[in-house]
Amino acid sequence: MADATGVTRRDRTRIWLAAVLPLVALLVFLLLFLRFGPAGVFTGSFPPVEELTITRVTLPDRGVLRVHAVNGGPAPVTVAQVLVDDASWVHTIDGPRTIGRLESREITIPYPWVEGEPVVVRLVTSTGLTFDKEVAVAVRTPAPDARYLTTFALLGLYAGVVPVFIGLLWFPFLRDLSQKWIEFFLSLTAGLLLFLGVDALAEAVELSALVPAAFQGLGLVLLGLVGTPLVLAAVGRRRRGSGPASPVYVAMLVALAIGLHNLGEGLAIGAAYASGEIALGSFLVIGFLLHNTTEGLAILAPLTRSRVTLGLLAVLGLLAGVPTIVGAWIGGFTYSPGWTALFFAIGAGAIVQVLVELARLFPGGEKGSIAAPLNVAGFLAGMLIMYLTGLLVTA
Amino acid sequence: MSDQKNRAPEGSDLVAPVMSRRQAVKWGTLGTVGLAAVGTACVQRGGPLAAGDTLKGGLAPGHGSHHDMMAVGELRGDSFDPTAFLTHFDYGRVSSLPSGQTLREYDIEATEFELEVAPGVFFPAWGYNGQVPGPTIRCTEGDRLRVHFTNSGTHPHTIHFHGFHPANMDGAFEVVGPGRSYTYEFDAAPFGLHLYHCHTVPLKRHMHKGLYGAFIIDPREGRPPARELVMVMNGFDTNFDGDNEVYAVNSVAFHYQKHPIELRLGEPVRVYVVNLTEFDPINSFHLHGNFYRLYRTGTNLTHHEFTDNVMLCQGERAILEFSYDHEGPFLFHAHQSEFAELGWTGMFVVRGPAVG
Repeated sequence: MADATGVTRRDRTRIWLAAVLPLVALLVFLLLFLRFGPAGVFTGSFPPVEELTITRVTLPDRGVLRVHAVNGGPAPVTVAQVLVDDASWVHTIDGPRTIGRLESREITIPYPWVEGEPVVVRLVTSTGLTFDKEVAVAVRTPAPDARYLTTFALLGLYAGVVPVFIGLLWFPFLRDLSQKWIEFFLSLTAGLLLFLGVDALAEAVELSALVPAAFQGLGLVLLGLVGTPLVLAAVGRRRRGSGPASPVYVAMLVALAIGLHNLGEGLAIGAAYASGEIALGSFLVIGFLLHNTTEGLAILAPLTRSRVTLGLLAVLGLLAGVPTIVGAWIGGFTYSPGWTALFFAIGAGAIVQVLVELARLFPGGEKGSIAAPLNVAGFLAGMLIMYLTGLLVTA
Repeated sequence: MSDQKNRAPEGSDLVAPVMSRRQAVKWGTLGTVGLAAVGTACVQRGGPLAAGDTLKGGLAPGHGSHHDMMAVGELRGDSFDPTAFLTHFDYGRVSSLPSGQTLREYDIEATEFELEVAPGVFFPAWGYNGQVPGPTIRCTEGDRLRVHFTNSGTHPHTIHFHGFHPANMDGAFEVVGPGRSYTYEFDAAPFGLHLYHCHTVPLKRHMHKGLYGAFIIDPREGRPPARELVMVMNGFDTNFDGDNEVYAVNSVAFHYQKHPIELRLGEPVRVYVVNLTEFDPINSFHLHGNFYRLYRTGTNLTHHEFTDNVMLCQGERAILEFSYDHEGPFLFHAHQSEFAELGWTGMFVVRGPAVG
């Protein structure tokens, strides 16, 4: 390789040295600073700003609260006392009371919480600062048992897998459509996905606010949002060169993007159920059915002119729907706002890439362009469908 | 059932919902799938200590035992001992003036230090003589008091005594800057239970950081002999949000519940109670299994009331006298449950045989 670009071994050594030099300088400066530097200038006599995030409060049993706290701040934090509903309460901690930077602890409190009523946990640090978390509705946290797994497998099945497969039943209908109407449905798909993507991004940004500061929630969202389409684009280019992607590939991408979105949604549902914020009602399932049936349609739209086997359809449906189940399982037991935000962001990022690939499926030119009136109508109709099904669900 | 369970957490800024409000509303609607587990759990009851329950439990954790509602651990520092404070009275350096009048001289220094208000919780306090509350100053009506005050803090301070004295001895306008001194001199009157505190603005900050103490002027004829205890009701806003996180008598949350005050059967007890709680307008003193004779401000030798609960405003104080006819543990606490549960709970343990 060196020969091909005309770079000699000596040149290469020099380049490497030049690259490493600033790093060496940085290391030397850090060592000198730590050894001789006026470090005292940067530490006042005032208490350091403490940052403690209660990521999760669970109610594993009657009369027991369990608090998961993460130190996302610049300095160690010592949890000195625990208040529950404005009362000092006994508790145990699964480690030293001083929580190092980026470390976490689990605190168990024997507190007789009242079913169906809120409960507020407050951690008091050694400097007297307080960190709070409210459980909006105290409900016993489901144990990771067969019953829970079954419940969420069923929910994922109803909300993720079944509607996607129902949507796939539109395949014969779509195959018989003229090119004009196929483009209409492609546009509709793009509209659906854009709506879903913005929804996912909004969730990701909202959740990122709950992430301990050191973990930079918004940074995670950015990584997921931008990194995902770039990686997908690079992978796609490697597979097929620079031309338009194959319809099957685009459909796979759509299913993957929807699956990632549903993984985030599953995480959120599982966590919300586990923390008593939602009840799993039949209305919830109906809402998912309505929302996610359109997802099946979206997966199909790129495939209308392709040879499609039942096996492929099954794979696509599972890819899009099953992550809901997996997400709900994980979310119910070890919920972390950071991971959920990241998955939502990855889902949104995947949708960005899908939109790019969808756009390339349009033949281009004056008449068949994305901006053709029928296609614009399709795009708007897609967003409108998502909006209206959302309205129905909240009604 | 669903209606109650799915109540939206409106109006609470503590709530950090896992889901957006839209979703919470969307999903928190009627119907039940997989809700059986939720429905079977029944309401928890935190029962009081039943008759016959021993002190060391008898009730499972998380089921309302008074031993669960408690600060964890012991004090790490040894700078302030609430048990010693209870019975420590500072009578000053005593001498006689040429007129024969008793002279009592006190040295009081304002300093800044860390005060452990609950095990492991350190409050950046300002106090007199390195303690909160400051030393209990005690004298007899008509004594000449000479209080040498030195401000070793970084902010201006004063000592404002309640009682009769000239205007320039009032500690309101003669502000003593850091590193400066001032001598307060006046004759002790009227007899009763009073207080002293810093009167520098901002008052809330100077008071709640700990610049206060009890000030007892005994009547010339004295009071009947009794076991005498000083209890200064106070609170600490450890996170400076204008609300106390810790309540106590004599600064340390739950100290006298963990280290009960031992009394003898029939032993006459006199408690000097001063309310120096900041932020909350009132505090109270409730005694279990007993009633006390209440002397408001201690300025009258006949009692005002026979009660088991007294409400005291900020700066208000009272002398309580009682004795126990029953052995065993008896709680005393603020009858504001919140204060009681945040530290203002203590315990007498009465043991036989009876005195006298």
